[in-house]
Amino acid sequence: MRVYAKVAVFTLEIYMTRWLLILLTALSLTGCGYNDFQRLDEQTKSAWSEVLNQYQRRADLVPNIVATVKGEAAFEQETLTKVIEARAKATSIQVTPETLNNPEAFNKFQAAQGELGSALSRLMVVAEQYPNLKANQGFSDLRVQLEGTENRVTVARNRYIQAVQAYNVMARSFPSNLTAMVFGYQPKPSFSVQNEAAISTPPVVDFKKK
Amino acid sequence: MSTIFLLQSGPAPLKRLGRWLLLVCLGGLLLLSQARAQLAVPTLSGHVIDSTGTLSSAQAQQLEAKLSAFEQSRGTQLVLLLVATTQPEDIASYGNRVANSWKIGRKEVGDGLLLIVAKDDRQVRIEVAKTLEGAIPDLAAKRVIEQAITPRFKQGDFAGGLGAAVDQLMALVTGEALPAPVTAVGRGQAGFQWTDMAIFMFFAIPVLGAVARSVLGNKLGSLATGGVLGGIAWFATASLVLAVLAAMAAFVFALFSGSMPTGGRGSGRHGGWGGGTGGGFGGGGFGGGGGFGSGGGGDFGGGGASGRW
Repeated sequence: MRVYAKVAVFTLEIYMTRWLLILLTALSLTGCGYNDFQRLDEQTKSAWSEVLNQYQRRADLVPNIVATVKGEAAFEQETLTKVIEARAKATSIQVTPETLNNPEAFNKFQAAQGELGSALSRLMVVAEQYPNLKANQGFSDLRVQLEGTENRVTVARNRYIQAVQAYNVMARSFPSNLTAMVFGYQPKPSFSVQNEAAISTPPVVDFKKK
Repeated sequence: MSTIFLLQSGPAPLKRLGRWLLLVCLGGLLLLSQARAQLAVPTLSGHVIDSTGTLSSAQAQQLEAKLSAFEQSRGTQLVLLLVATTQPEDIASYGNRVANSWKIGRKEVGDGLLLIVAKDDRQVRIEVAKTLEGAIPDLAAKRVIEQAITPRFKQGDFAGGLGAAVDQLMALVTGEALPAPVTAVGRGQAGFQWTDMAIFMFFAIPVLGAVARSVLGNKLGSLATGGVLGGIAWFATASLVLAVLAAMAAFVFALFSGSMPTGGRGSGRHGGWGGGTGGGFGGGGFGGGGGFGSGGGGDFGGGGASGRW
């Protein structure tokens, strides 16, 4: 009888210590920001999905724009082909959630999207010189849609930048950086201006050439 | 540090140099801070916020009345903001910043609209919350600007342009199937939750039962508890069947808990809890009677359109 009681107490003690250990680990993980890492990681992922979503929306608009512009017989071919090529390049890059943890792939994707953006804005500027296009209701509708999409891209990118900032601050500041080190969380890449030189030089507007 | 040191000691020419350096540094700092300064987000004081003094008070009141009536009937928050300029920011980014910091639109629905006019920039923008992007796609917003706003603004008819734009936007929102606004009466009913009721009963039965049993005796007390609980259930649910069921359950529970040896201690502890829960149960919020506040649910993702006149 006494032996049974002893065994019972012993097993109880083992159970207690095990639970205590689990509880302690859980608490210490919470204290070191493990849960915060998970939360912020999900946040960056969802912000990134929104960025992709809006880029996709822009890419989907391009064929319509190209088709409308092609109706203008004398349209500058070079600008048009550049847009088509940039779109093909941007949509050919496979984007996975792992892209976020791979700065090289991220930069490549970002460069392709930036190229498409600048090709499109150039197309819109050139289109201003064609009165037929300007008077075309379909084209001006497309212009509005493109403008809205660009705005959405900007907002989505901003939110991604903020989400990444929160994550990176967590990953680099003490003591949560220890958690990041143990679990191998790297700071995530964020958006930056790709063509800083091109932006800082003002565009040349030539009214003589047509 | 070194400039301060130069200011305090050293020969006269060096002292003068230090003073100049300090002045240049401070000046640069001032310039920098001015260049970086963004326009502050105005306070959300009503449906119509006119910081330019363009609208007469009668016109502003008329628009305000129209917009608050619309909010009451449809629930959608539409706010007009007139500013002189959005410089150094683009109107789209300024509008988005303002809209997202106000978060206009109902909490659960997020249906907010912001019409922003930058008078000196001669620019106008309709900022559409994500919820309403289906009702007002960018093209529709552009049409509102082109048809209602631009022609009238060109003639200097700001109130007329805003009024026409508001009418068109309201028509667009009305076409969308949004949840109906919650009125004060409806809100009271929506506040009634079965879980609340269950929690209330759960705590009320032991307390009531203990009190009634100590006064009336075990069986009679249980019966009284059942009766009172049945009455409450009848009042709350307006169903006699449910009330009888609740009464019977309460009677059995009270009788049973009375025969338990630890009943006294248990009910004492529950009594403290029951008081707290009971107090919270009746107090449903009936806020939002007077004044205007943001619903706090609007999420603006850059939808909408801009135009100039």
